[in-house]
Amino acid sequence: MSLLELRAVTRRFGGLAAVSDITAHVDTGELVGLIGPNGAGKTTLFNLLTGVYAPSEGAVVFDGKDTRGLRPCRIAALGIARTFQNIRLFRELTALQNVKVAVNLRARSSLFSAVIDTMGQRADDARLDALARECLTAMGLEQVADTRSCDLPYGLQRRLEISRALATRPKLLLLDEPAAGMNPFEKQDLMQLIRTVQAKFNVTVLLIEHDMKVVMGICERIYVLDYGQLIAEGAPAEIRANPKVIAAYLGEETT
Amino acid sequence: MRWLALRTGSVVACIAALAIASKLLSANLDTYVFLVVIQCGVAMTLAASLNLINGITGQFSIGHAGFYAVGAYVGAAWTVLWQPIAVRHLPVLQLGTPVGDTLTLLIAVVVGAAAAAVAGVVVGMPSLRLRGDYLAIVTLGFGEVIRVVILNIDAVGGARGLTGIPTLVGSGDLAFFWVFGLVVAVVALSRNLMRTTRGLTWLAVREDEIAADAMGVDTTRVKVTAFVVGSAFAGVAGVMYAHYFTSISPDVFGMDMSIIITTMVVLGGTGSVSGSLLAAIVLTALPEFLRFMQDYRMVIFSTMLVVVMLTRPQGMFGHGEISFSTLKRLRRRRSAGVAEP
Repeated sequence: MSLLELRAVTRRFGGLAAVSDITAHVDTGELVGLIGPNGAGKTTLFNLLTGVYAPSEGAVVFDGKDTRGLRPCRIAALGIARTFQNIRLFRELTALQNVKVAVNLRARSSLFSAVIDTMGQRADDARLDALARECLTAMGLEQVADTRSCDLPYGLQRRLEISRALATRPKLLLLDEPAAGMNPFEKQDLMQLIRTVQAKFNVTVLLIEHDMKVVMGICERIYVLDYGQLIAEGAPAEIRANPKVIAAYLGEETT
Repeated sequence: MRWLALRTGSVVACIAALAIASKLLSANLDTYVFLVVIQCGVAMTLAASLNLINGITGQFSIGHAGFYAVGAYVGAAWTVLWQPIAVRHLPVLQLGTPVGDTLTLLIAVVVGAAAAAVAGVVVGMPSLRLRGDYLAIVTLGFGEVIRVVILNIDAVGGARGLTGIPTLVGSGDLAFFWVFGLVVAVVALSRNLMRTTRGLTWLAVREDEIAADAMGVDTTRVKVTAFVVGSAFAGVAGVMYAHYFTSISPDVFGMDMSIIITTMVVLGGTGSVSGSLLAAIVLTALPEFLRFMQDYRMVIFSTMLVVVMLTRPQGMFGHGEISFSTLKRLRRRRSAGVAEP
C-alpha cells in the first residue's frame, strides 16, 4: 500500500484551480520528485498535504488515514514533516533550539512537569537533547548548534530546516526547493546529503525542485505539474523524453 | 529521592527567607517606603505574568489590567460578601485568628486566580484567529469591558468601589511574605518553563506560528495556556492588592494601568523575565522617588522612558536574562582579567 495517496485532489482559490484533479501516490521508501514551471501549483500541493489548505475536492490519504480537516500540527504528528520554500526558521533561537522545538513531538513529559521541574522531566529533556543533536549531526550542523539561526549562512539555514523537519521523526519528508539559491556544486552536495539522510532515518522523500538536472540525478520517480495539472509521471529518463514536459518547460515547437 | 529532598529543601528555605525578610522589613522600613515596596511586588507579578503572554509567546496583549481587576474583585467579593456566610458553617475561617486569616486569603487567591483564568480563556479564544495589532485591540477592548461591567455591578460598589476589605495581606508583618511569595512563584514558573524543551514551543509560537504548527506544535493550545496562566497570576496580584489596600475601585484597573504593565514588559526587554521585573520596579518606584520634582515629575519620568527606548529599542535586557550564573560569569571574567598582566 502507498504511504501517501492523493485521490482526485482539487484546490480552488475563487475561480482559479491552483491544483486540479490530481491523483498520485508515494510509496514507502521512495524518493519522488515534483517538478514544474513557476506557478504550476507545487507549493500549493505541499500546503494541501500538510493541512495548511483543505482540498476543495478529493482526499489526501496518508498511512491509511484521511487527513481531511486535520490541523497542520496533527498532520505533523501523523508523520509528515516539511521545509519551506522561503525559509521559516525560529530566527531568534539557536540551531539546536530550532530542532528541539520539533523534537517535542516525541516528548513524554507534560507541561505541568516542565513547570514544576520534576526528575522525570529532566531525564526526558536529556533524552530529547540527544535526539535533537543527532538530527543536527545528520545534516552536518553540530558545529553551529549554539549559533542563532538567523546568523547562519543561507546554505546552513536550508540544512537546518531539513534537520528540524527530521526531528519530528517523519515517515514522509516534504522538501520545498531545498537547493534554491545554491550553485550547481552545492546542489549536488545537498542532494547527496538528502540521499544519505533518507537511508539513515528511513524516511520517504517528496521533493520540489526547479532544476531538472538535479532532480533527474537522484529521484526514482518524478511527477510533473503544469498549470495545476499533472502532465507526466515516470522515471527520470521517461520524463526527459516526454514531449509534454518539454513543451511545458520550453514551449511547443512550431513547425 | 535526592531530588525530592533538594526540592523540599529549597522550597522551605525560600519560605523561611521570605518570612524573615518580611519581619525585618516591616519592622525597620518607613511605612511609606514599605508601601512602595509592596506596590513594586504587585507590579513585578503583573509584569512577569504579562511577559508569559507578550514576551514569551509573542501574543501582543494590552488588556492585562482586566485580568488584574477580575482577580481583585472576585477575591475581594469572596472575603467581603461570601466569607461571612461561610464562616457560620466553618468556624475555622473566623477572621482575626491566624488560621482563619490565612485560609480566607488562600481561598481568595484560588477564586481570584480561577476567575481570572476563565477570563483568560475567553480572551484567549479570539486570539487563536487574530494576530499582532488586531489582537492588541481586542485585548484592549476586553480590558475596558471588564472595567465597565464592574462599574455597573452594585453588589461590589459600582463606581464607588469596594471598601472595607479585611487587611488579610496588610495585617501584621506578612504583607511582604505573601506579595513576594507570589513574585517568586511566577518567576520560578517562567524560569522552569524556559529551561525545558517544552518551553521552546512557546518561543516557537512567537518566532513563527506557521512553522511551529508544521513542526507539530499545537499553537492554539500554547496560546490559550499562556493566556490562562498569565491571567491567573494577574488575578492573584489583584487579590493581593485588594487585601493590602483594603479598598478597590474600577478606575484603578483602567486602560492606563494596562498600558503601564505593557510598558514594563517592553521596557524590560520582550521575553526577558528579569527585564520585566526590573522595569516593574523602575516604573513603580521612580514616580515616587521623583516626587520632590513636584509638577515636573511626570515630565521627567516620560522623558526617561523615551530615552531608554531610543538608546535600547530592544528593551533594557533584550532577550537576555540576568541570573546568578550571569553574575558568576561576570565575576569570573573580572578575576580572569586581573590575573592577566
